[in-house]
Amino acid sequence: MAAFRGASAKVFGLKDNKSALPYLLLIPGLLWLAIFFIVPIFSLGQMSTKVPGADIGEFVQEYRFSNYIDAFNSSKEQFLRSFLYGLLATIIALAIAYPLAYAIAFKSGKWKNILLVLVVAPFFVSFLLRTIAWKQILGEEGPVVSVLRTLNIISVNTSITSSAFAVVTGLAYNFLPFMTLPLYASLERIDPRTLEAAGDLYANGFTTFRKVTLPLSMPGVVAGTLLTFIPAAGDYINATILGSPSNKMLGNVIEARFFKIVDYPAAAALSFTLMAAILILITIYTKRTGTEELV
Amino acid sequence: MTNQNSNTNLHKKLAADNSIPSEIKKIISRSLTRRNVLAGVGAAGAAATLAACGGGGSADATAVRWANWTEYLDYDEDTQENPSLVAFEEQTGIKVSYKETVLDNDEFTAPLLDKLQSKKDIGYDIVTLTDWMTARWIRLGYTQKFTADKIPNRVNVLDSLKDPSFDPGREQSLPWQGIMAGFGWNKEKIPGGIKSLDQLFAPANKGKVLALSEMRDTMGIIMLYQGVNPSKPFTEDKFMNAIDFLQKKIKDGFIIGIRGNEYTQDLRSGNATAVFGWSGDMFQLAAESDGKFDFAIPDSGGMIANDNFMIPSTTTSVDAATELVNYYYDPVVAATVAAWVNYVCPVKGAQEAMEKVDPSLANSEYIFPTAKTTSRLSIFRALTAAEETSFQTAFQTAAGNA
Repeated sequence: MAAFRGASAKVFGLKDNKSALPYLLLIPGLLWLAIFFIVPIFSLGQMSTKVPGADIGEFVQEYRFSNYIDAFNSSKEQFLRSFLYGLLATIIALAIAYPLAYAIAFKSGKWKNILLVLVVAPFFVSFLLRTIAWKQILGEEGPVVSVLRTLNIISVNTSITSSAFAVVTGLAYNFLPFMTLPLYASLERIDPRTLEAAGDLYANGFTTFRKVTLPLSMPGVVAGTLLTFIPAAGDYINATILGSPSNKMLGNVIEARFFKIVDYPAAAALSFTLMAAILILITIYTKRTGTEELV
Repeated sequence: MTNQNSNTNLHKKLAADNSIPSEIKKIISRSLTRRNVLAGVGAAGAAATLAACGGGGSADATAVRWANWTEYLDYDEDTQENPSLVAFEEQTGIKVSYKETVLDNDEFTAPLLDKLQSKKDIGYDIVTLTDWMTARWIRLGYTQKFTADKIPNRVNVLDSLKDPSFDPGREQSLPWQGIMAGFGWNKEKIPGGIKSLDQLFAPANKGKVLALSEMRDTMGIIMLYQGVNPSKPFTEDKFMNAIDFLQKKIKDGFIIGIRGNEYTQDLRSGNATAVFGWSGDMFQLAAESDGKFDFAIPDSGGMIANDNFMIPSTTTSVDAATELVNYYYDPVVAATVAAWVNYVCPVKGAQEAMEKVDPSLANSEYIFPTAKTTSRLSIFRALTAAEETSFQTAFQTAAGNA
């Protein structure tokens, strides 16, 4: 290590090698960010103010910032829907993941590792395939529809694919592990003695949960909701595969603007608007919940 | 022995048929004397190539890079090779690097635009794209003409496809396979079949109908129903009338999705029972389900689109690329490909050659539509850049994507 440090100091001609090393170690990460984040963002920003040129696929820079307003106005509906679906999916994922993470952290005993592997296991199958599988599960000949029809909850003519229900279900399912893992991490870290202390002070199970477990797991809740909401709001695969034309999200609009209509400026403007909107929402959210303890 | 007899009969029929040029007759009869189909392909192809080269052979004719759609060329599972390509390589010495890299016209073209505009090599010497994208490439000058004396088989292209508006005289594009668009349905759910849009949107099909994401196919069928011919000049109003129709059917809950190839999954799973669909897909579905599905061209007319060979302006191997294109207009080669891909074959004489390749397919309306059928199919006319943008925007808006 010392030899390496000496060598690197010699190579870079640095005197104070103690303070230089951390910066050297940052270089790969910074390069990565520069090439794959900053440069694309910059070129996307440039594209967003261009106007169509002579033929399809040609654009001229005219710094037309009203592109943003036009693009937003033409797809307000999908914009709102993205946030609504993202929010619903996050709430459903939280409702499913919290008890799951709780059980794995406190009640699973020797099964803990196996259960954790099972939570991550779906990731071994492609995102697309998992979503297509939901089409079968919720489809005409799938188990859900036949049970609901037998119980007379839905009529013979009602389908549940190609609906908002299917899209939100798909979103909640696909991002469930992103919710479960941070929750598990923060629950697992809770010192069991705090729970015993609550019991000693005559708190019942519910009060212990409300006053001790839940507040201590909040960093996991915040991290999990962020990790679920951000990709869910920007997703377009679930709406494409599980939705109907009236369930399309902003991701679908961006895709169609890029590839079908070949209107790159509008697509770029919408991408920026979506990023900005998510950033603002998240800033407010983290300000209110606090991020000091975030895992 | 029966094989021998049918061959002889076919020879007689061929000899009597004056509509087939003598050159083709020669190729077909030569192939028919071979027991092995592929040997026939080889011989016929070699003859064609020799004729094309005039014995000379060209200088830069050593390698061709071809981009095509997936599962769109004859393929041998055992050897993992494309037999027709292997035969071509053996006859000509031209190496072909075959890449199934086209999944979507736009998504294939978009990343190449920079290079096409600045005339840098795009990595392909032949591309195979759909009519409307072919029109765009030609309009923007991204293609170059075939080497005229190396493409004698051009005469074998079906008359109906010889003179499209985007490439009069077929100087820089030739049709690879044709895709018919019409109605597909589940025969168990809809025993009466579907012949018109009124039947497609019968109350019983509410919430069970899918339209195609390929704008020209879906909109063309609706326009034909409204009495507008999409292959002839029409005004923007006429197109927007058809958009209104589509939008209403989506709003009323008849159409539950606008999809690409994946509509077949919905038919299989029962989520959809009636669709705007493609002949080749419906053929496959019917074959794998004991005829549970069927396909028909609407009474008011269906659409046909072709994928086309083009030589990008950025390549230097024009002669070699032209030779490869020429090879696939040999009727026997064309029949070999058609027997595998099951799309509409654009080559004259291939139907006769099919008798030898796979007799069960020789009368398939899906591969060799009769003149009567062909007359009911329209090709969507070429659009201007402005029209393309405004039509596509309207279509995507109806689909909920804009």
